[in-house]
Amino acid sequence: MASWFDYTVNGIIIGNIYALLAVGLALIFGVARLINFAHGSVYVVGAYAGFVAVTQFGTPLPLTLLIVVVVGALLGLGIERFGLRPLQGYAHIAPLLATIGISFVLDQLVQLFFKPDPRALPSDLLNIRFQIGSGTIGALDLVIGGIGLTSAALLYFFLRFTKLGWAVRATAQDRDAAQQMGVDVNAVNRTVFAIASALGAVSGLLVGMYYNYIDPSMSFQATLKGVVAQVVGGVGNVPGAIAGSILLGVVESYGIALFGTSYRNLFAFVLLIVVLVLRPNGLFASRRQTPPEPMTGTFIAPSKPVRIPPRTLLGIAVAMALLPLVLPNPYVLQTLTNAWLYGLLGLSLTLIAGTVGLISLGHAALLAIGGYASSLLALDLGVPVGLAILSAGLITAFLGTALVFPSFRLRGHYLSIATLAIGEIVSLVILNWESLTRGPIGVTGIPPLSIFGIDLDTDRSIYWFALAVLVILAALQFRLLSSHLGRVLRAMRDDDVAARSYGIGLDRYKALAFAVGSFAAGISGAITAHLYSYINHETFNSQLSILALTIVILGGMGNVAGAILGSVLLVGLPEVFRVAAEYRVLIYGLVLLLLVRFRPQGLLGTV
Amino acid sequence: MSALLEVRGLTRRFGGLTAVDAVDLDLAESEFVSIIGPNGAGKTTLFNLMTGHDAPDAGAVRYAGSDITGFSPETLAALGIARTFQHGRVFANLSVMDNVLVGAHVRFKTVRPQWRFPLNLLSPFAEVMLALVRPGKVRAEEAAMRQAVIGILERFGDRLIPRLDHPAYSLSYANRRRVEIGRALALGPRLLLLDEPTAGMNQTETTEMQALIGDLKKSGLTILLIEHKLDMVMQLSDRVIVMDEGKVIANGKPNDVRNDPAVIEAYLGHRRAPATEAAA
Repeated sequence: MASWFDYTVNGIIIGNIYALLAVGLALIFGVARLINFAHGSVYVVGAYAGFVAVTQFGTPLPLTLLIVVVVGALLGLGIERFGLRPLQGYAHIAPLLATIGISFVLDQLVQLFFKPDPRALPSDLLNIRFQIGSGTIGALDLVIGGIGLTSAALLYFFLRFTKLGWAVRATAQDRDAAQQMGVDVNAVNRTVFAIASALGAVSGLLVGMYYNYIDPSMSFQATLKGVVAQVVGGVGNVPGAIAGSILLGVVESYGIALFGTSYRNLFAFVLLIVVLVLRPNGLFASRRQTPPEPMTGTFIAPSKPVRIPPRTLLGIAVAMALLPLVLPNPYVLQTLTNAWLYGLLGLSLTLIAGTVGLISLGHAALLAIGGYASSLLALDLGVPVGLAILSAGLITAFLGTALVFPSFRLRGHYLSIATLAIGEIVSLVILNWESLTRGPIGVTGIPPLSIFGIDLDTDRSIYWFALAVLVILAALQFRLLSSHLGRVLRAMRDDDVAARSYGIGLDRYKALAFAVGSFAAGISGAITAHLYSYINHETFNSQLSILALTIVILGGMGNVAGAILGSVLLVGLPEVFRVAAEYRVLIYGLVLLLLVRFRPQGLLGTV
Repeated sequence: MSALLEVRGLTRRFGGLTAVDAVDLDLAESEFVSIIGPNGAGKTTLFNLMTGHDAPDAGAVRYAGSDITGFSPETLAALGIARTFQHGRVFANLSVMDNVLVGAHVRFKTVRPQWRFPLNLLSPFAEVMLALVRPGKVRAEEAAMRQAVIGILERFGDRLIPRLDHPAYSLSYANRRRVEIGRALALGPRLLLLDEPTAGMNQTETTEMQALIGDLKKSGLTILLIEHKLDMVMQLSDRVIVMDEGKVIANGKPNDVRNDPAVIEAYLGHRRAPATEAAA
């Protein structure tokens, strides 16, 4: 029994920490209709600010808290200034993408300053524990609980009894009306970002103290947890966010008790998907209603796409095919091979996110499915590599579509969150399904590329193979888009209500497009696996999903040639200029941020 | 005349508000019926209920002899019901040609194989393959549809034909409404529901649209029209239905409805309407 008491206390404490994150996200969503993906970065910065204060200056806890609050608030103001304010009047997905860019930049800066290694965040409170009945409760638990309650009370008084608090609530209910009545909505946004980010930063500090452990990669998980808690409680609903956080904390804690730590996140994401699909307004929504309307997932800036004559494209393809004969430099060939493989991923996402308008944030999961399917077919069943790659494409098409199918009814941000969660679930299943995937050890000794019994063992032959696959799939995608399916898919993206009125079954065509797109991604993952000869559950991580999205936006959403150009620019150029790996992610973040702001239609234009 | 559409006791409540309140409505084959009424009377909600965009809390809709209550919009489209939208819903990034071709979606039979269970599970795969391979029959079907679209758009004179390749977002407001009506006609409808087709149009454009709708009526198409421009309603309609606060308050020949005291009250206010407003 004692352990159950401990697990419950632990769950509530963790829930409290999540609540600090989720309340901030809920406040921001309330006034700005934005899911702030940079929130986890604020949390990391908070943790590191506390770390510097404690280890360098030996500050006592109250002073550390104050420092963290100030740093968080300032950061929040910065995010509002650069991520949100310039994007007013843009597509609703634009600020969301901007915050993803900001989060990449912030995380990477933290990593550059403090190194990626974990640090200890020492706290004297950690060792003081009180006996209560048969269980124990720590002083730090009490402090965290106290901070949680105090913050909630302060927030309540602020929103309920101050003039600015009224303005915040008015803006959340109707931004335009509030502005008409003389509320300075930009000031409201600033205030909310400052408060939310201060809470987020405190959350990071508390987690660091609680586990005596911080590292820069906590950011993404923190954002996800906050988002999960918020969605469970009802997006934009502050009390709901607190309840959802406590629920999430307790569910996770019991989950760990029953199944072990590696399942912790699986519970969070499964909970998220179940709530999203069954009760998209959260568990505590009083009545059934459809999610707020103006959240279309499309990110299509009206633009004239750059028309490239087919002859030119053919010419470029031929030139690229002849390149190894002219320039047999292995480094260049490997770099371009890599770009072709990312090009396949770009083709996949540009179809799904661009042509159909389903902004997938978990696209790397498709690579993982393809990579694992092909490796395991070749290794465990002795399937010839060429056939294994093709089968992997088909398996990915089927499995990827089946996984995302329940989420097709979601729109806009909700669908993006669902794909993000599905991506994480795939990675966690790979980690935990040891009998099939070999778990954390990964798959080793994957046979090298070969087709029809011919081994592709030179840089040149691998280059040609990857290029050939890319050219074939790109040509097929062009042909598909010029058929009736092209206009059906784009019609669905532009206006799903009107599309349904003209006999277009949304599920059918979304599934069809997702399957075609997943096939290309699966093939890309499979070829990559055979090239690397080793993969594990982190080979195809969430950074890759964001890179894919950046490639697609850079080229122009839905633009086949653009996806390939984007991948050459983003994958090839940094390699050619030998940019160190840690700066690359920084570049991806900056490129995403600048594109969303200055050229949302991409280089070649949206189609 | 046999009834093509029969609506019985259709009701839709939003919280405390009953937007559509036990509405009965009959529409015979080839009949032209208009629905008028003040803003908020529940006209568009009624359209949404009949076209599957919203589910009724009570009541039934029968179409061509079978019950279609709660059918999805895509199923109703396949049964030959086409509608336009009050505020206009064109596919902004699609060309005029593509917009109208989407309207003909349900008429593409070759490229969308209609198989029975269990073969229908394979039909999406077949559709992709047919779109990629494009055998002669598929190409012929596409060409025939494009020709049909041109035929439809010629009804609008030179308003749309010179702009076939222009994206819909670049069109004028009136042209977008025309594209929408062209799209509805491309479905080859048996029943056409028009939701304020002339909203936001000037006098010339309205006259032009009225002539077009008059032609559609003459061709024998069954039409249900929501419209605020009473001149147009009175000239085109075989019958006029007046709604107020979710209820049908009058139903009859245009001239009878025009003089119905209940209608006058609904339009001009309840009893204490000042004389100046009544004159306007």
